[in-house]
Amino acid sequence: MSKNHEMPPLHPASAVDFLPVAQLRDVQFNRLLSMVQRAFDRVALFRKRMDERKLKPADLHTIDDIVKLPFTTKTDLRDTYPFGLAASPLQEIVRFHASSGTTGKPIVVAYTKEDLDDWSRAMVRSLAACGVHSGDIVQNAYGYGLFTGGLGAHYGAEALGASVIPISGGNTDRQIMILKDFGVTVICCTPSYFLHLIDRGAELGVDMKELPLRIGVFGAEPWTEDMRERIEAGSGIKAYDIYGLSEIVGPGVAMECVHQAGPHIFEDMFYPEVIDPTTLEPLPDGTEGELVLTTLCKRAMPMIRYRTRDITALEPAKCACGRTLRRIRRIGRRSDDMLIIRGVNLFPSQIEAALLKVEGTLPHYQIVVDRQKDLDTLEVQVEVTTEALSDTVSGLEQLKSRLAHSIESITGLRPALKLVAPRTIQRSEGKAKRVIDKRIL
Amino acid sequence: MKWKQLSVFLENKPGALSEPCRLLAKADINIQTFSLADTREFGILRLVVEDSDKARRLLQRNGFAVKITKVVVLEVPDRPGGLAGILDALEGSGINVKYAYGFTTKPGNKGVLVFCFDDPDSAVEILKKKGFDVL
Repeated sequence: MSKNHEMPPLHPASAVDFLPVAQLRDVQFNRLLSMVQRAFDRVALFRKRMDERKLKPADLHTIDDIVKLPFTTKTDLRDTYPFGLAASPLQEIVRFHASSGTTGKPIVVAYTKEDLDDWSRAMVRSLAACGVHSGDIVQNAYGYGLFTGGLGAHYGAEALGASVIPISGGNTDRQIMILKDFGVTVICCTPSYFLHLIDRGAELGVDMKELPLRIGVFGAEPWTEDMRERIEAGSGIKAYDIYGLSEIVGPGVAMECVHQAGPHIFEDMFYPEVIDPTTLEPLPDGTEGELVLTTLCKRAMPMIRYRTRDITALEPAKCACGRTLRRIRRIGRRSDDMLIIRGVNLFPSQIEAALLKVEGTLPHYQIVVDRQKDLDTLEVQVEVTTEALSDTVSGLEQLKSRLAHSIESITGLRPALKLVAPRTIQRSEGKAKRVIDKRIL
Repeated sequence: MKWKQLSVFLENKPGALSEPCRLLAKADINIQTFSLADTREFGILRLVVEDSDKARRLLQRNGFAVKITKVVVLEVPDRPGGLAGILDALEGSGINVKYAYGFTTKPGNKGVLVFCFDDPDSAVEILKKKGFDVL
């Protein structure tokens, strides 16, 4: 079957993507002002930081003055867990999501009804940018639940008028059956999972090239041009990179257009900056640094200069599609130690919290991440201590399963747990090397 | 009497067993008996030695995780029914054998059995009362 890669007519929601730059900056500045005022009036931590800098919302005169404002970090979300950064009363909050914190507790984000509408609109613009339209059949294999990926893509695709299959993640054979039987045209999942679907499909005698499937909306983990080539060659679909994070809204912060030249940031809603992660000084477009995002519309939980820890650069050159929205370069690394495993964010400190919970004192451990058959694997090796040692096999097996269970309940990921002899995990300069990431993307 | 057994954690890989044995040999500590419980991934070397405290310190100093467990050591005649007799003696007491191992010196001589009971104190009391040679 030859796939139809023709573009549908422009979706009305996409009109904003083409605003003249001067007008876009005006929109951004006006929205920034009212959002900063709202946070100043309603969020104690932000007010305190503004007061410390002797800053008032009225001190902002152009969008470039955003650099005067204090940063927000993941730690701030943890310290104010669960609702401390909310700018809306609970009566107006209609949804919560959560993502991994750096320790045992997740970080929580909240949405008003308007926030959810805005998020849907961002997702409509995302999907429309790569040619999804009403009449498409969208298989949404992002996980549904506290993770923003599932519901974010779901409501966006529905709002666009597509037919959504809310299959959520996992159960590969059923995914392939439905892809084929429903005549699915668009799939949303992590790129590594789609590679796995291609392989498993081949084993089951299903050739993705023969299916009507033509678009993949891939995100929630870093990937490479090489993976894009493998996906497109192996399935005949077009693979697009979508970017987002729960702290800002979820998926739909940025999305590639048909030119596949890096995700366009929906700048009228999410203002991007790139800073030097060490000096925290702003960097010019085109220079690589840490991406900082400010929500310009969010009511329930405005994020001001949120440090994403993702390393990228803002692409200054105009895109062939004509959008005035700047693009981000492919994100390959982070300025912190966060790992993304099967789309789930994982901090080594979460593993520590889980091990401590079981053992009382922290044993030496090592996290080994690999990719087998295009699926991420997580192994946690734990040195057996005299305190934790049992003289029976069943006692040690129980220790293993208690450790694995504790890690799963904190991170949402079930690791392969391996007990190793004391002093076998390599220490460098007295400090253990905690993470070995063997994945080659 | 109850003996102190050393349990040593070993990874299941070539050479893992020889290292603790070599250490004990060098320190002139005689292994009286041992058993090895193993899985695909790890093993537990259980040792009965003459000076268990010295052996424990030595092994721990050399980086091994070592656990001390109280075990019961019995001498039984090396003939059919020797082990069954001990188990019969404990029947109905509710005492559970977690694991056991043993050796004989010479055929026809005595056998030495090492038991790890969940309630070693009661086990010793019962076995003594019933005339077993508890070492």
